[in-house]
Amino acid sequence: MSVLSAPVPLPLLREQIPAGAAWSLVLRRGEQLRLVALADGANASLLLHAVERPLERLCVPDTLKAQLQARVRPPMVLLSDAGRALVSMTGSSLDWHDALTGCSNQAQVHDRYGPSDYAADRNAWRQSARTGLLDELAKHGLGERDLAPTVNLFSKVAVADDARASVTFVPGHARAGDWVALRAELDVLLTLSTAPHPLDPRPSWAPSGLAVEVSPAEPPGADDPSRTFRAESARALAETERTVRSPR
Amino acid sequence: MSAPALDVVVPAGDGWIDVLPAGSRLRIVDLEGNQAVDTLLYDAHDPANRYSAVDTVREQGALYLSTGSVLRSTRGDALATIVQDTVGRHDTLGGACAQESNVVRYGPHTRHQHSCRTTFVRKGAERGLEPRDLTANINFFMNVPVTSGGGLTFQDGLSAPGKHVELRAERDLLVLLSCCPQLNNPCNGWNPTPVRLLRWDT
Ligand SMILES: [Zn+2]
Repeated sequence: MSVLSAPVPLPLLREQIPAGAAWSLVLRRGEQLRLVALADGANASLLLHAVERPLERLCVPDTLKAQLQARVRPPMVLLSDAGRALVSMTGSSLDWHDALTGCSNQAQVHDRYGPSDYAADRNAWRQSARTGLLDELAKHGLGERDLAPTVNLFSKVAVADDARASVTFVPGHARAGDWVALRAELDVLLTLSTAPHPLDPRPSWAPSGLAVEVSPAEPPGADDPSRTFRAESARALAETERTVRSPR
Repeated sequence: MSAPALDVVVPAGDGWIDVLPAGSRLRIVDLEGNQAVDTLLYDAHDPANRYSAVDTVREQGALYLSTGSVLRSTRGDALATIVQDTVGRHDTLGGACAQESNVVRYGPHTRHQHSCRTTFVRKGAERGLEPRDLTANINFFMNVPVTSGGGLTFQDGLSAPGKHVELRAERDLLVLLSCCPQLNNPCNGWNPTPVRLLRWDT
């Protein structure tokens, strides 16, 4: 796995996202975000929207097909539906982040873990990723129509070489201390939920919180691993740079 | 078999949008073979409840679509079921081609080539759909094999002239489809061709 090669600058922001919670943050071009799992079995169902026009959002199919991957891993770029690199995954201790199987919904959480509500469980009530993401998007004027397929950071869903390409959740993929780093190539709204992955087979609700650190990032140079990964990755970064011409 | 309530040919590079009533069946015929048909489904009465590739994949436990696949919405509802498939499998990972993603995949010389996304935008607008209503779609007749190593490729189709796929609507649907104009990969056999749509009502 690649690691961040530059000296780590002083963080601009340091906080924690609780287990089973939803969270959002605008990550500016020239900043990077590092997420660290605080417990085993972490999951972070992630959405991205361009701040300047939230109509433009993370496009999982274009991200995968352009880079010929069925998963997300460093040093891939995460593409919008307008062909721009929104963020680059500059590093991670994991080489597989699921992008094939979507996020949890309230019916599935109820079926798996039983009933839960505020009256019974106070703030430990179990809320699905979809519920939390919609709540969080609403704070930014976005809604159900803006909810696109997520990347499920820290989770692995393996694909079998069979006739249907069967998919199977891989338990124990992420451990406490596993991490992922994203560099913003545009000003992006990150929205994520730390609810468990919908295929996580553990019988009890056991989400993990995340430590968050935002720090300054160097712009990607000509030899940046996300640019040299594939010609398609380079063109996605070039499309971002074509439309964001202000000096960094 | 009774006379179809609809029998139209969608030319190469064109699109189609219409209501598919609950219980009716829509057959898509690949007239000349290896023609990708990018397809989106919406609840006709509430288009925010739309096709979800990832929820469909997760609930059926497999990436490829074929007979028996239940096509699910973002709210987990069954929108349609594939009731016939003479091809064997269809893609729902690859999304739709777009001017912008063509630039990323093939270079700036493709920026002004026609794309499914443009067709989706134009045809969708006829029924009030906007770009934010477009999402990860189904690609009937398209072959995108995925390997256990995490790789993905676009390959020659498994389809052939006259092969078809048939959907049964599980509720009133709005169906938006694009007869893909992509010229830069084998998804249309390097030669986009027309498809035929047939609908039977119960
Ligand atoms: Zn297309």
